[in-house]
Amino acid sequence: MERPPIIRKSAAGRRVPPSAPLSWDEARRRLAGLPGGGLNIAHEAVDRHATGRLADRVAIRWLGASGARREITYRELAALSSRFAHVYRSLGVEKGDAVFVLCGRIPELYAAVLGGLKCGAAVSPLFAAFGPEPLKTRIKLGRGKVLVTTEALYERKVKKVAGDMPTLAHVLALDSAEASSMLRSASESFEIERTTPDDISFLHFTSGTTGMPKGAQHVHGAVVMHCASAKVALDLHDEDIFWCTADPGWVTGTSYGIVAPLVQGVTSVVDEAEFDAERWYSILEAEKVAVWYTAPTAIRMLMKGGAGAAKRRPLPALRFIASVGEPLNPEAVWWGMDAFGLPIHDNWWQTETGGIMIANTAAMDVKPGSMGKPLAGVEAAIARRSERGMRLLEGPGEEGELVLRAGWPAMFRGYLGEEERYRRCFADGWYFTGDLAKRDADGYFWFVGRADDVIKSAGHLIGPFEVESALMEHAAVAEAGVIGKPDPVVGEVVMAFVMLKSGFEPSEELRLAILGHARRRLGAAVAPKEIAFATALPRTRSGKIMRRLLKARELGLPEGDTSMLEEGA
Amino acid sequence: MDANEIRKVVLGELRRIAPELEEVAPAKPLRDQVDLDSMDWLNFLVALNERLQIEIPEADYRKLGTLDQVVQYLAAKAR
Repeated sequence: MERPPIIRKSAAGRRVPPSAPLSWDEARRRLAGLPGGGLNIAHEAVDRHATGRLADRVAIRWLGASGARREITYRELAALSSRFAHVYRSLGVEKGDAVFVLCGRIPELYAAVLGGLKCGAAVSPLFAAFGPEPLKTRIKLGRGKVLVTTEALYERKVKKVAGDMPTLAHVLALDSAEASSMLRSASESFEIERTTPDDISFLHFTSGTTGMPKGAQHVHGAVVMHCASAKVALDLHDEDIFWCTADPGWVTGTSYGIVAPLVQGVTSVVDEAEFDAERWYSILEAEKVAVWYTAPTAIRMLMKGGAGAAKRRPLPALRFIASVGEPLNPEAVWWGMDAFGLPIHDNWWQTETGGIMIANTAAMDVKPGSMGKPLAGVEAAIARRSERGMRLLEGPGEEGELVLRAGWPAMFRGYLGEEERYRRCFADGWYFTGDLAKRDADGYFWFVGRADDVIKSAGHLIGPFEVESALMEHAAVAEAGVIGKPDPVVGEVVMAFVMLKSGFEPSEELRLAILGHARRRLGAAVAPKEIAFATALPRTRSGKIMRRLLKARELGLPEGDTSMLEEGA
Repeated sequence: MDANEIRKVVLGELRRIAPELEEVAPAKPLRDQVDLDSMDWLNFLVALNERLQIEIPEADYRKLGTLDQVVQYLAAKAR
């Protein structure tokens, strides 16, 4: 069926007028600031509500995987996070120390994160599907002082690498007798560390093509952007029920699963369980979700079940659907119209930006397949960088790297311990995102691809180097090259090519042994889904594996410029 | 095919996706014992479907939490 290229919105079809654009200054005025000066995300997210009209509003409505249910009000969340803050202090956590949080989506996670912010710690939530290696790498790089986790996760993931994290002074297992006694005896009020807008709040790890993960440092001042973007890009209104399906182990689940909805004072649904189509529809229905922020992979998994499953549920409360993580294909936007009577609003941002930068907002017409337009206060452009400098590409449809004028409130302030790597992201006052894009004549931006070899699977960035390193630790593997192989549901899957050491022969048994090794080290979220044996890996003359060429060969695409290729590969 | 044979097939397919798997407590949720992301889980169910020629409608996925539940479900349908 022929679909028009734009979904026009009319005022008549709206139950609630969309939020008006909000400048940074207007957003700043909506924040309280710390009593006596300073800015702290935890104060804006919970403490100020806990003493105001929202004190008894449910902040988090938690749905347990096995049917349990728990509601936590703003007052209770403020108290519980203060208890955590006292416990951290008693473990020696001072301003600037790193607190890592590794657990599933349980209620204590939210208080543990907010408690860390209250102490002025740099809080780093980790994804519970990471294996021991990625966890160790991140905790070491981030110089973690305290790790908050559960006994089961400690046993399964942390124990075997615990001896290799020298800065880690304490592991707090939430379900241990020790933790519950410490929390029980801690006070419910805590004087928040007097942080400034430029003090570090979160440390989010992201992946690059080369080297180990990068720890992007964020600041308390980012809350200005969380406040403005939640209003405009997610159209959050007072009394909305909001559901962000992202795990807090990734930046979306922190910025928009913890901070933004709390700052806005709405009720968030938190589902502990993994994706399940029937479960998700019943949550949308039973919890009367008004605003739903999800991801293309989840939407495409719902699409597999057909629009009928969605239509069987009346969802009168659902008003706005947004998606982030990777470009949402036009079919998925149209499927939203069919299944829910609502378009799905794609938006774009990344770990380094800290918050939503470009979006199809509630007030805008939607162009299916486009990431939308920059939010008020965000300046985006298309550019090309060369050794002589950079050049902006002004013409509609010209492809280049997506760049952002530096200085937005949630901009990352560094890659931990890697000043040079941070500096290289900027030129002439612009931040280079690493994403290739184009802008059309109406000002809508369109994603084209990545400028590097980073793999994007189910909305998460995976660094090929980290995967290759783990593979090469297997006794049979001489070399490994890892690529993202296109996949209709998750965007890309991690695929590895391995070259065996002499004396080893390819076999199904060996393939499974290498796969098991990689999964044990890296965890399901990072390990390859496919492993193929190769007799040689294409390399540049300087010895770097040409992943781009591996990918082109795998997909049967033109190999492009191979003049840098080492002979014989 | 009896329940024992089905159990062997189920474990075999699970090990093809997660070869690191050691022992499985049959009455405990599978996904608490082995790291399976959403894609692994779907691949596992699709593999069972192909191997045993048994339809597993998406609405039934939530009934398949433990190894015992998977085996019982498939055994009932295989009859």
